[in-house]
Amino acid sequence: MQLDDLYRRVIMDHYKNPRNRGTLNEESVTINLNNPTCGDRISLQLQVVDGKVTDAKFSGEGCSISMSSASMMTEAVKGKSFDEALTMADKFSALMKGEPVEFEELEDIEALSGVNKFPARIKCATLAWNALRKGIEHQHE
Amino acid sequence: MNINAIREQFPILHQEINGHPLVYLDSAASSQKPRSVIDAVNRYYELNNANVHRGVHTLGSRATDAYEGAREKVAKFLNAGATEQIIFTRGTTTALNLVASSYARSECGEGDEIVITPMEHHSNLIPWQQAAKATGATLKYIPLQPDGSISIEDVEKTITPQTKVVSVTHLSNVLGVVNPIKEITQIAHRNGAVMVVDGAQSAPHIKIDLKDLDVDFFAFSGHKMCGPTGIGALYGKKALLNKMEPIEYGGEMIDFVDLYESTWKEIPYRFEGGTPIIAGAVGLGAAIDFLKEVGLDEIDKHERRLTSYAYEKLSSMEGITVYGPKQNRVGLVTFNLDDVHPHDVATVLDSKGVAVRAGHHCCQPLMRWLNVSSTARASFYLYNSEDDIDRLVDALLQTKEFFGHAIG
Repeated sequence: MQLDDLYRRVIMDHYKNPRNRGTLNEESVTINLNNPTCGDRISLQLQVVDGKVTDAKFSGEGCSISMSSASMMTEAVKGKSFDEALTMADKFSALMKGEPVEFEELEDIEALSGVNKFPARIKCATLAWNALRKGIEHQHE
Repeated sequence: MNINAIREQFPILHQEINGHPLVYLDSAASSQKPRSVIDAVNRYYELNNANVHRGVHTLGSRATDAYEGAREKVAKFLNAGATEQIIFTRGTTTALNLVASSYARSECGEGDEIVITPMEHHSNLIPWQQAAKATGATLKYIPLQPDGSISIEDVEKTITPQTKVVSVTHLSNVLGVVNPIKEITQIAHRNGAVMVVDGAQSAPHIKIDLKDLDVDFFAFSGHKMCGPTGIGALYGKKALLNKMEPIEYGGEMIDFVDLYESTWKEIPYRFEGGTPIIAGAVGLGAAIDFLKEVGLDEIDKHERRLTSYAYEKLSSMEGITVYGPKQNRVGLVTFNLDDVHPHDVATVLDSKGVAVRAGHHCCQPLMRWLNVSSTARASFYLYNSEDDIDRLVDALLQTKEFFGHAIG
């Protein structure tokens, strides 16, 4: 088990300097999600215009994996349509199963591929993406 | 106490994890099992397995004897008096839910109070929240001192003549503190309340004398004290159990069944509907034999020494916060490394073969009281040694270094 596979430099960079940490205005879509097994929590806010995510911000508490994943996710989905964002969420799930996936939009995300060798940590990495999925599905209803 | 001889009896400890000899520091979550317990469960299935309390055949009698023999062992182990005061359950959670669902729901009403503390495990908190909601009773909390301990003065102030139930953990699974159960029980009784104790963390480590403590209910789990998972017990005073309604109905627990009415067996059987956890009880009996042979006083002494060794070592490390009181602590040390999330700590420790728990420890209200979202916890048992703690400290230094570089 190689720790460097998990804690790649780009992950630690997103953890230390999170992108899009903060809040959006009240009209934005807010999704609060907990990881009940460990206490991590995320509050994701999406600004939505015509079926597109025009801005995304997050706040919350968690480990390096969950917070860096949230940072990368918010960067990646900005400007994407709902369908494009959901496709990325599917790609991320595949990445967590150890399947080879390319993220043209933001290759940083591929750095999280090492998480699949640490089964106990997959839930940390998927928290932000689950929040995104929930937010978009809520818009569809 | 000869640690090496004890370690020899735990097959699981003799393996490498991620290229390092295993250091298991998560016994507060679940303890490991000695060979004698594993063998007892196997032997039961290989030689004596049948259903209990029915059937006339030989195996049925042997299984019944084994199951009831285990009940006697539990009663003696806790100095509980009459054996029928021991109800086998799936564990502490089921035992506490039984008291909350049966006793509290029939005895509490509007204007009554249920008193607990903010350091309770979810399993000794949510059942009371729900019982209070269902009955209209008020849920009250004994406040904690700044170091996480309970002061008798606060107990006196919180418990009133309106209090019907007081339920407190004997030993906190986060703070490691041993609570003054005997004193709290006296105050509860003086106010006419019954005293319930969550013994999940105390039964494995401290000699329990229920006659001396005089509590009304005591719950514990087998798997935290060298026994199998899926078995635990509730002790209840006979007079209270006799007036409690069962919460599960079915086979084994009935006296007479008619089309529209049924009557129940005597205690403890009326609370053990369905085929009981026979092999689990046999394993628990073997675990009790094992612990008695080592000696609970010896185990307690060993663990207090280990715990204070770990407390000293960890609290003297730079960049580490240790939670809970220094005194009167048994079996565990909860801590955080500055600027590193406990998950990340636990992952790095695991890569060095050191198993600790990271998370909220099923104590979300206590985490908020401590003003943290989660913590790491190293917990000890009779098979741990000072060497294990030294390995933990080394691994923590490496964790600091690793994240110092990674984040720094």
